[in-house]
Amino acid sequence: MDIALLQAYGYFIMTAGLAIGLYAYIYHLYSKRKDADGVDYEKYSNMALKDDIADAPVNATSRDKKYRKGIKK
Amino acid sequence: MNKNGPLEYDYSVSKLFLMNTLFVGTIGMLVGVILAWQMAYPAFNTFLGEGLAEYTNFSRLRPLHTDSVIYGFVLSAVWATWYYVGQRVLKVSMAESKTLMFIGKLHFWLYFFSSALIVVSLLMGATTSKEYAEFEWPIDLAITVIWLLWGASIAGLIGFRREKSLYISIWYYIATFLAVAMLHLFNNMEIPTMLATSPAGETMIGAWWHSVSMYAGTNDALVQWWFGHNAVAFVLTTPIIAMIYYFLPKESGQAIYSYKLSLLAFWGLMFLYIWAGGHHMLYSTVPDWMQTMSSVFSVVLILPSWGSAINMLLTMKGEWQQVASSPLIKFMVLGSTFYMFSTLEGPIQAIKSVNAIAHFTDWVIGHVHDGALGWVGFMVIAAIYHMAPRIFRREIYSKSLMNMQFWIQTLGVVLYFTSMWIAGITQGMMWRAHDEFGNLAYSFIDTVSVLHPYYTIRAVGGTLYLIGFLMFVYNIYKTTSAREVEEHELQNASPMGA
Repeated sequence: MDIALLQAYGYFIMTAGLAIGLYAYIYHLYSKRKDADGVDYEKYSNMALKDDIADAPVNATSRDKKYRKGIKK
Repeated sequence: MNKNGPLEYDYSVSKLFLMNTLFVGTIGMLVGVILAWQMAYPAFNTFLGEGLAEYTNFSRLRPLHTDSVIYGFVLSAVWATWYYVGQRVLKVSMAESKTLMFIGKLHFWLYFFSSALIVVSLLMGATTSKEYAEFEWPIDLAITVIWLLWGASIAGLIGFRREKSLYISIWYYIATFLAVAMLHLFNNMEIPTMLATSPAGETMIGAWWHSVSMYAGTNDALVQWWFGHNAVAFVLTTPIIAMIYYFLPKESGQAIYSYKLSLLAFWGLMFLYIWAGGHHMLYSTVPDWMQTMSSVFSVVLILPSWGSAINMLLTMKGEWQQVASSPLIKFMVLGSTFYMFSTLEGPIQAIKSVNAIAHFTDWVIGHVHDGALGWVGFMVIAAIYHMAPRIFRREIYSKSLMNMQFWIQTLGVVLYFTSMWIAGITQGMMWRAHDEFGNLAYSFIDTVSVLHPYYTIRAVGGTLYLIGFLMFVYNIYKTTSAREVEEHELQNASPMGA
């Protein structure tokens, strides 16, 4: 098998694989509705709307939790 | 930052880039308008006299226009918004890290001085002759450092964020960073001629700054247009989508219509865009399968592009009165509409049979400008109008001036693209016309004389857009001394003076 044929097969398999991956992702988004942290995807819009530094994050990092504890004290 | 007071966002780097956007935008668009008048009236090539003709002719000024608008005006705006949006959606302040602040300022100043060097080198005629990548190797190295500094800023802000998940805009900024890094490096693989030896044994050939591409012939063209098209994708599209996903919801107070659709459109765009560059090489020596592939990918690209644009229009669902009442929302909604328009027009031009008429004609210039002026320009203007009251803590100086600017610029864009459509299709048809023996029906100069009125209309359109831009610069300049506003006035809709 020459290199050009291998390239063609490789290209086809990669394109098909990526297309399947993309459709699987659509299925995942609309069937699960929530990400691995249990947050509803639609809640993430609030990251733009409530973006003051004092606003509570949608999904806080451990650094934020420490920061908020510090403010309360 | 006041160490004892509450933590606040620090916009000092954003402000530097914002000012540069206004400055370089004015220069880039002014040069564009000069070029448009030169196309309509060639005598204008020597508008500063015969003695300076070398510096004022079309070919010397053209890369100055394209590069200053793409890499000066747009990139400055991308970074002004990155240093603004990045902090806000990650909920970290630049003031929290001296290192990040240093990186941000170094990023700006290195960029500023390199830009000045680019302007001088292009005016002096130093060029690699690669479109949109005209810079010689010393400048290419500086660009690499500037880009890495931005990367350090992205990694830094993300590294100590308080918001765990990355907002959709951040994904688009990351995509911009990664893709342009790759495009810049691969398209600018070049050998300084001083290191080369000719077959005759000569060494140290040419000026020290001169270089030649590592690729040759069709390969060089292919890499060049893989770069060129993806520069449109990752400088003029992805960071602008990053902007609209933040500024439209924020200014209107409306949540994104579907966040899931925004994720889907993002991955769709990433998957498809990188393959479409070959459509610039249709009917060339590039392998036929590659031309067909790029056409197919270009057409499928309509889906993710419209996914984002429709998502933005639907975000205004139930709130359309804001389009009528706020000129800022007007800019974004029309920007999004132009994005849809331009991403439908592009795929149509990429279809092989259409391209047989469109290629090399002014229709392509029209397409570029309905995207650049209508989508990119309007979105950058809207982003700056939104940021200015927050950065300067003052209301926008004049709402009526904004409204006037909007209509003048819209008329300018419409005149620009309609004249170029007619000019381009006329050109394409005349070039192809032949008699029954296959003799061409027209010579090149026939098309030039037919196109003259359309070139004049284009120049008028461009001039109107520039006038609107100068009104914008004036409005922002006056904003720096307008009425001071309270924090609560800055929640969503930007405060505007009469």
